[in-house]
Amino acid sequence: MTPARHDRFRALFEPRGIIVAGASSHPGKFGFVAAHNVLAHGYAGPVFLTNREGGTILDQTAYRSVDELPDGAAELVFVCTPPATIPDLLRACARKGVKAAFVSSAGFGEAGEEGKRAERDLADLCAGLGLLLAGPNGQGIISTPVSLCAQIIAPYPPAGRIAVASQSGGFVQAFLNYARSTGVGVSRAVSAGNSAATTVADYLEYFADDPATAVSLIYVEGLGDGRTFFDEARAAAAKKPIVVLKGGVTAGGQRAAASHTGALASDDQVFEGMCRQAGLSRAHTVEEAFEIAASFAVHPLPRGPRVFVLTTAGGWGVITADRVSQSRDLELLALPADLRAAFDERLPPRWSRNNPADLAGSETRDTVVECLELAVRHAEVDAVVLLGVGIQSNLADLERRGRFYPGHGLERIVEYHERQDTRYATAAVELARRYGKPILVATELADAQPTNPGIVKLKELGSLAHPSSHQAVTALEHLYRYRRYRDRRGL
Amino acid sequence: MPATRTLSEHASKRRLAAAGIPVVAERLCATAEEAVRAAAELGFPVAVKLCGEAIAHKTERGLVRLSVGDEHAVHTAARELLALARPEDGEVALLVARMVRGKRELIAGCAVDPTFGRCVMLGIGGIFAEVLADVVFRLVPISRVDAEEMLDELEHRAWLGSFRGEPAVERERLADVLVALSGVVEQDASIRSIDVNPLIVADGLPVAVDALVEVEG
Repeated sequence: MTPARHDRFRALFEPRGIIVAGASSHPGKFGFVAAHNVLAHGYAGPVFLTNREGGTILDQTAYRSVDELPDGAAELVFVCTPPATIPDLLRACARKGVKAAFVSSAGFGEAGEEGKRAERDLADLCAGLGLLLAGPNGQGIISTPVSLCAQIIAPYPPAGRIAVASQSGGFVQAFLNYARSTGVGVSRAVSAGNSAATTVADYLEYFADDPATAVSLIYVEGLGDGRTFFDEARAAAAKKPIVVLKGGVTAGGQRAAASHTGALASDDQVFEGMCRQAGLSRAHTVEEAFEIAASFAVHPLPRGPRVFVLTTAGGWGVITADRVSQSRDLELLALPADLRAAFDERLPPRWSRNNPADLAGSETRDTVVECLELAVRHAEVDAVVLLGVGIQSNLADLERRGRFYPGHGLERIVEYHERQDTRYATAAVELARRYGKPILVATELADAQPTNPGIVKLKELGSLAHPSSHQAVTALEHLYRYRRYRDRRGL
Repeated sequence: MPATRTLSEHASKRRLAAAGIPVVAERLCATAEEAVRAAAELGFPVAVKLCGEAIAHKTERGLVRLSVGDEHAVHTAARELLALARPEDGEVALLVARMVRGKRELIAGCAVDPTFGRCVMLGIGGIFAEVLADVVFRLVPISRVDAEEMLDELEHRAWLGSFRGEPAVERERLADVLVALSGVVEQDASIRSIDVNPLIVADGLPVAVDALVEVEG
């Protein structure tokens, strides 16, 4: 990316000053929503509203025209005006020093032949003016490092390190909502709209060098020139992980090759191969896509495939061991003798003495944390799945709600249980950081009891509670595959 | 899209052999007598096929005789096949090839994807190919690492291990085939597709037993 192009992307995500063009005083209009969201979420730079009638919008005087604005005060224009007005508007913006335009207005390529022509003209105009064009027909931009919420959808997500680019505004919204519910936050998000000039792959290129971003999460349907997408995505994936969700996998485009081998192919299999070759982590559902991206954002990459499962809940351990054993990428580590001996020293003989290590209720105050550290620091362990966090606090919650509380010694035990889960969560995060290995906490309580002190602590420490061990193992597979992709290619 | 034509089976295999892809030992013969001599040289049993640029569906037309065991049988098969030639087949010849023994058949090739362009593919072949639809793709050009990863991504990759008394497939040799296929289409823009079917695993080594190269013009 040339410095000039990089500067235009910077103006899109970290603008020094914003114009909301077509701002409205009517709360039902997008021009109001956009102005409201930009003004209401802490963006610190100057915000200029324009409306052809002028007037006061959200306690602020609206300009009748961009020409009335001070020169060089805004770098981004968020456009909500009708298509016919946009060319003159953008010319005026360019004269004022604007470098990037987000066009939310509809009525372009999605609206027939005339719209397609208008869209091409718009792209050409912006290229001529030196403006980065995002959209049209997009739903907005989020950039948490500068508290920018320039969008006509919700929510405003917590700050974090996931960058989102999507051909569907609805999935931007979905990913932002997952960010809110899991607490694993977002750096940037952009609804690419019709991608008239700036494609999802272009955003990937910017995110790859964006210090605020650790992982990119994209939704794509059509790719246009697939080879260019491949080249750009592969170059970006060499720098940072990319999670991709693809829509329209069964549409079945016409295959040119008439040969037998060609006839066996489906577009989806080619897309799958392309992802593997480019180092992209392909998800198959919306929730999986977010969870994988969140995992890249919070967990270190495992150095190898060997997984150790530590549990205080027997069945979860068994089912997780099954899942790991069935994985094509991961291995259930055969319990090393020295690790077994170290566990034996700390636990009564009823523990499982195997991997999964089921402590079987034999844990005392410190054993879970001690055993977790023994496992994670062991040279043969590449990753740990920790099950059972939150169980004690769940019971504590039941006791607290019962009619015997307070009294009967319940306060003390409730407090003990809750403290224990907090300790487990803290240990999972701290030990993962200390040893540079992923420890994935999986529990249904992530969804069922988000107020559980174990879950709350994980979030507080910037980690993630996986809502099921299957999903945790799926995420771990992607982390390991990405690591392996890099290692095999000397990246 | 420009018009395409298919090279004959023999010419197709020579293209692949020139790129280092192992192909079955075979001779192109004009007469039944030549076919008999070629078979004796190659060693029995042999396969005898009618070959020509205009012949694409040999099996459907009964133009393939497998496991032909001796000189007399080769002579008979050769005469029958020559008699089956149709005027529209143009110039034809007999293709005599050593029978390749292996329980596992793969398919490999190159095709043009409408979105991503040229691809290399590897799949499980044989009579269950369509049902299993176990195929893996990469975009041209592929690296050695890409090729090796393709083997691992076959759903039935265990099938590449030792199988019913046959040794495991030599992974490096199979990866060589994929890298070579990628190289062939990378260097020759006129190639539209390559179909190697079957690529038989014999004593752990992949051998192209039948192949068709489709070219523009």
